[in-house]
Amino acid sequence: MTMSTSAKLCLRWRGLLFSKTSTRLQCFQVQRCNSAASSASISSGLFLNHNLTTTHTRIKIKHQKCCYNNLTSKHLTTEAKEDKYKDLSRTDVIEYKPALSPRTDAFSVSEHVISLDLDVAEEYSALEEISDEEAAGISIPANIPPASNSLRDYVDKSETLTKLVQLGVHLWKLEQRPNVGSMLLRLDFNTDVAPRLLFLKQIGVENSRLGYIITHNPFILTADLDNLQARVNYLKSKKFSSETVASMVSRAPFLLSFSVKRLDNRLGFYQQQLKLSASNTRDIVARLPRLLCGSLEPVKENLKVCEIELGFKQNEIQHMVIAVPKVLTANKKKLTQIFDYLHNTMKVPHHLITKFPQVLNTKFLRLRERHLFLEYLEKAQYDPTLARYISLDRLVSLPDETFCTELALATLDDFYLFQKTL
Amino acid sequence: MKIGCFFPNTMATPAIRMFRRLEGVFCVYKPADVHWKLVRDTIETNLLKGVNATHPQPVPREVRFLVSSSDEPGAAKGLRVSPAAVPVLSKHPLVTGPEFQQIKVGVGHRLDTSSSGVLVLAVGNGNKTLNDLYNTRITRDYTLECEFGMATHDFSHTGRVLERSTYDHISEDKLERVTAMLEGANQKALRMYSTVDMGSQEAYEMAAKGLLGPDGKSAPILTGLRCIHFQPPKFTLEVQCLNETQKYLRKVVHEIGLELRSTAVCKGVRRTRDGLFTLQDALTRHHWSAADVMEAIYKYHSSKRNQKKILFPIRESTLETSGSRLTGTHQNKDAAAG
Repeated sequence: MTMSTSAKLCLRWRGLLFSKTSTRLQCFQVQRCNSAASSASISSGLFLNHNLTTTHTRIKIKHQKCCYNNLTSKHLTTEAKEDKYKDLSRTDVIEYKPALSPRTDAFSVSEHVISLDLDVAEEYSALEEISDEEAAGISIPANIPPASNSLRDYVDKSETLTKLVQLGVHLWKLEQRPNVGSMLLRLDFNTDVAPRLLFLKQIGVENSRLGYIITHNPFILTADLDNLQARVNYLKSKKFSSETVASMVSRAPFLLSFSVKRLDNRLGFYQQQLKLSASNTRDIVARLPRLLCGSLEPVKENLKVCEIELGFKQNEIQHMVIAVPKVLTANKKKLTQIFDYLHNTMKVPHHLITKFPQVLNTKFLRLRERHLFLEYLEKAQYDPTLARYISLDRLVSLPDETFCTELALATLDDFYLFQKTL
Repeated sequence: MKIGCFFPNTMATPAIRMFRRLEGVFCVYKPADVHWKLVRDTIETNLLKGVNATHPQPVPREVRFLVSSSDEPGAAKGLRVSPAAVPVLSKHPLVTGPEFQQIKVGVGHRLDTSSSGVLVLAVGNGNKTLNDLYNTRITRDYTLECEFGMATHDFSHTGRVLERSTYDHISEDKLERVTAMLEGANQKALRMYSTVDMGSQEAYEMAAKGLLGPDGKSAPILTGLRCIHFQPPKFTLEVQCLNETQKYLRKVVHEIGLELRSTAVCKGVRRTRDGLFTLQDALTRHHWSAADVMEAIYKYHSSKRNQKKILFPIRESTLETSGSRLTGTHQNKDAAAG
């Protein structure tokens, strides 16, 4: 057996250990080695079975028995032994290091392997009779790749992932984010995940929402429990009731990931900038908990836009925000577009818009179609003092059919035909 | 993750069957001031919603053996192995994701942001048909709403005004003269761009059948142009053209204004027909769900079966002059309703 062929073998094994993707593994498998009989037994073991995963396990067995005696490899057998999985993933990382040794070690390893392989063939025979306990005790390494870009390969064997799927977490979304997959695999269900889920349940979050929360904010599972408790206590100290806190956490999963100082900062901002009373601030934050999560810059810009560009007075802005808090987080361009159309084309004065702030929340196309249809039918009259008045909120919030029959007094088909003429 | 193409050994799930019914060509009505890509993305999202909403496949189960050693006194000594049918979670929809994560939706002749009208889209295998359609020489119909009195830098009414002028001297007669002159010039260009020698018998026969025309890319040619409504300062033109862009059409309006010793801008460009797809078949914004698209594609397939496949010939003047002058909107509304 020449050194070069054994070197080839080792490089192949090294390649098999290192390769991250299955495609790379396959091309190593395909390489044939024309070597002597002693290595033929090893190569036949490699090439007989085209199933990628089982050859991989065989390599692992050989390595574990022969080369890496210092590693106490604990393999997964059944679900009963799943808690050891996390050790294996750690040993995977460790496994790579000895293989990084220089070529001389690799050569000695290969000779070592070859000599021991012959011994192995003598000691154990597949036809030997063993007892049931021994049979169950044979550790079969699970066919899990050491690295993969999908959680699919690990979900059946990992208790944490199985329980998360049962909770309703969208693992396919989480695995696309960098590092989140590995983080979830490293968690232990009983010590990491369960206490935090219990904490959320104690606050009052429904079981059905737990999956949603973890899907959007998986880092809540690594947050410090004391911090979480401190933030909940802070919110309660600001006189948010427990049900409100529960609903806020359910709808804004990132809420508890922010420090008390940041939450305090934001609440203070809304109270001072908008000059709202404490109960009003509580009200808008409870209805739109996202306000506490995002950055304050877009909100400041929106407020400036409302004041300067759109020309609303402070008390009008206050009234609009209390009625429709979404105005604070709306897209600036869309807001100005809708307002421009309302004020300049539809000739609606400021006080009417203040009275119906939900009109700033609609889609622009919807508003334009309906207004033009009413204008075509000569029914576009938005002044409450005159006859045949059409209120803005009914204009935008009614569904199409009701709009046609009640406001426009036309059929739905006519409305669709009219849209094709715009 | 399926991207709308299949390996032969996958089972035909309900989602795949629904996708097969969605493959084809259809047209939508693009609203004005919306980028065509947004329309295409909205349709793709709606189709994905529809296809992924079909009843999911049940998660396959496998038998696993749980080993437990019994400690009860009097029980059989040794190991107890009990089988259990456990769902294979690696095939669970929350782990694999939805069946379809992308659908190929292609766009035919594009419309720029401020225009509206018929936009042809194709799904999946229909993209091949769309490609062939795109390359054939078929005309498109537009309605241009125009106004006399100003000239802007981009020929539309929202541009920077460069010049204002009077238009009292313009009469309908003069406008018709200008449009006739333009139409004649374009007909000449049509013959010039065709690849056949003008003096040959072949050219005469092709012209008689109406098959003369440019092959592939050429300068934009208007095969038909007439005024359908005239009420100064506003007037409406109807155009049939080849190889055009919407900006070129606005430029034509500007040139008409110049010919009449005045200025004109184009307020709206609306495509009423793209090849064989008319306003009547176009789906408005409220009908962009998967079910409506499936219905439209079914109609397209059945109409394809019914008619013979002929190349749409370019006729000399495809417009009949109507006696009474209707507004552009009314006429199209009636045409669409009728």
